[in-house]
Amino acid sequence: MSSNLYSGAKILLNCLQSENVECIFGYPGGVTLPLYDALFDHPIKHILVRHEQNAAFAAQGFARATGKVGVCCATSGPGATNLVTGLVDAMMDSIPLVALTGQVSTKLMGSDAFQEADTFGITRSATKHNFLVKNIADLPQVIHEAFYIAASGRPGPVLVDVTKDVFQSQSHYTPVSEIHLPGYKVFSEGHSGQIRRAAQMIWEAEQPFVYAGGGVIAANASKEFRNFVETLDAPAVCTLMGLGALPAAHPNFISMPGMHGSYAANMGMSNTDLIVALGVRFDDRVTGRLAAFAPHAKVIHVDIDPAEIGKNRHADLPIVGDLKRVLPKLVEELNALAPEMRAKNSARRQAWWKQIREWKEEHPLKPETSESEIKPQHLMAEIDRLSGGQAIVASDVGQHQMWAAQLVRFNEPRLWINSGGLGSMGFGLPAAIGAQFARPEKLVFAVLGDGGFQMSIPELATIANHSLPIKIVVMNNGYLGMVRQWQELFYNNRLSEVALTSFPDVEKLAGAYGFTGRTVDRVSEMPRALEEAVRTPRPYLLNVKVSPLENVFPMVPAGGAINEMVLRPPQPVEV
Amino acid sequence: MQQIISLLMENKPGALMRVTGLLSQRGYNIESLTVARTLDPTLSRMTITVDVEPQIRSQVIKQMNKLINVLQATDVTEGPSVNRELVLIRVRTTQGTRTAVLKEAEIFQARVVDSTVEGFALEATGDPEKLDEFIDVMKSYGDIEVTRSGILSMSLDNKKLRLSPPIPRGAAQEEALEYQRAN
Repeated sequence: MSSNLYSGAKILLNCLQSENVECIFGYPGGVTLPLYDALFDHPIKHILVRHEQNAAFAAQGFARATGKVGVCCATSGPGATNLVTGLVDAMMDSIPLVALTGQVSTKLMGSDAFQEADTFGITRSATKHNFLVKNIADLPQVIHEAFYIAASGRPGPVLVDVTKDVFQSQSHYTPVSEIHLPGYKVFSEGHSGQIRRAAQMIWEAEQPFVYAGGGVIAANASKEFRNFVETLDAPAVCTLMGLGALPAAHPNFISMPGMHGSYAANMGMSNTDLIVALGVRFDDRVTGRLAAFAPHAKVIHVDIDPAEIGKNRHADLPIVGDLKRVLPKLVEELNALAPEMRAKNSARRQAWWKQIREWKEEHPLKPETSESEIKPQHLMAEIDRLSGGQAIVASDVGQHQMWAAQLVRFNEPRLWINSGGLGSMGFGLPAAIGAQFARPEKLVFAVLGDGGFQMSIPELATIANHSLPIKIVVMNNGYLGMVRQWQELFYNNRLSEVALTSFPDVEKLAGAYGFTGRTVDRVSEMPRALEEAVRTPRPYLLNVKVSPLENVFPMVPAGGAINEMVLRPPQPVEV
Repeated sequence: MQQIISLLMENKPGALMRVTGLLSQRGYNIESLTVARTLDPTLSRMTITVDVEPQIRSQVIKQMNKLINVLQATDVTEGPSVNRELVLIRVRTTQGTRTAVLKEAEIFQARVVDSTVEGFALEATGDPEKLDEFIDVMKSYGDIEVTRSGILSMSLDNKKLRLSPPIPRGAAQEEALEYQRAN
């Protein structure tokens, strides 16, 4: 223990350092002045973004690409309120995040002081937990608790609101030796009796189907998951949040289920007699009409969050636990039963596989191409080709997100970075920034629509500032495409406020920030333009003009059952 | 239907907001809520009565248990428990009704806590339904004023309180690092 006095700001930074924080994404302001002063000569790296919302998204990009806790920072009032979208986004997708906000001095709190907002109250429902620190003595304990809560159990965002006087006051610093949260329960082991029963149920199934989600990635359990799938040799789907949990090249991988999932994935889900649900939440975008979802299936549901079990779909066999620990035990139990059980339904299972393969061949996810215009699917297929299953793709929200999820393949976890639950437009570009800082050696694509790109344009400055070699690919169809698609299909094609005219000249735009921008609108040029972007060791903004009226298929209309897919647009009648 | 939840939670600023926020964000209406310190001054005991669909009841309890400040949330709607409420009633009396009012109060085992020429202030505790009846009876004597405490509940089950032990910070961090190394 040191007898020196430290400022609260310094103590905070020391705590971050002892949590192995490498960088903070943030934006300074009035009450965080003491913090930024301490940061001035501190080894922790600070990345200055251009809007606080993007600090939260970039920190998420960092967290999603690594599994480490992402850290963002904002000042009181508007700084803190600007973080809120990013916090809710992290909450929905279970991303570990610690957000630090400044608060006005304790004596001013409640007086409607300049830049005062009730951050603690506002972010209550936007976070897994939040803290308000009004006493410097509490600061170290709170910071370490925040990191522990963010990263453990079902991960999520934690906000720490610190008053200005706490940053400024001086105190002794005693490193924290233990964390005591008596009411915080982390379920990790999984009930061994339940696991044994699950193994029995799995072997008894004739048409088993594995439904894996973001939980597999959050648990860093991809290897264990792959091992499980191979032991069982069952078809497996990964949700939008789970893409990469099983390599796309793996023979057991079927693709994504749900609203824009593949025919085989949705038919498999609808006809299975046993769903093995791993780290998923039976989200409405996956299940379609819940009452009609997987009507013949029993459900084994493994999740670390007991509140997810039975929330949307009854679990015939629930296991509450960490997939990283549960899956190896499940594999062990499966192996123990294998000699007597493997042969039991093997003929039925082979027939099931045959059926799945037929579905796959019947309606494959095949990229549309055209000779006259660039089809958005064609663009995604080219990104897939250049990635080879290895690149990080940070996506925004909308049509391009769905096409990328369908057509870009990921052979590792933490390559596909997107806002799944909240669907926040403007997510993709700042998330790519976070991911590139986390994995400087990786090829990072920011795949954006022309709508989401324009929500995050200010971050071009951050990219230029750090010369981040991100390949910004704007799939430009001149519309808020997904909204337009729904207006076309369900609102009599009355296209209300979805046309995005006056898109900037990207050559000039990127040029203004000092890097290359290029627009392509010819099919023949597109692949080479992408290659050029990838070859350029600097930021690159590629604006790809795609066919404006293309829609995403397959599609399950809202409220429909997932086996009632619309597979393709109505075909013109040839005369 | 009404669900009665008994909560043991840390006595910290914002803890109440987390519990009520969890209910309001799902659109459930709180019928009553009482909260006070326990023998251990760092903890509070809360009883909430809330109007929810029966099939949602276990989900509500699970969500409450996820709150970090909540040590234990128990559904006492059906389990063995005692539920009591306190009511204060001001009733106006005339010379002619004073004795009758006192008689009724006695039947309901209510106590007179204030007496003036205008009337009485009465205090009664008991089953919420019993108190409804008492209020109805008092209404028949004229205009009354009523304040109810909301239900206080005590489970008669011997449910074990499971608390998480302190975690050495090094161990928590070590585990995180191990994950990172493994991947």
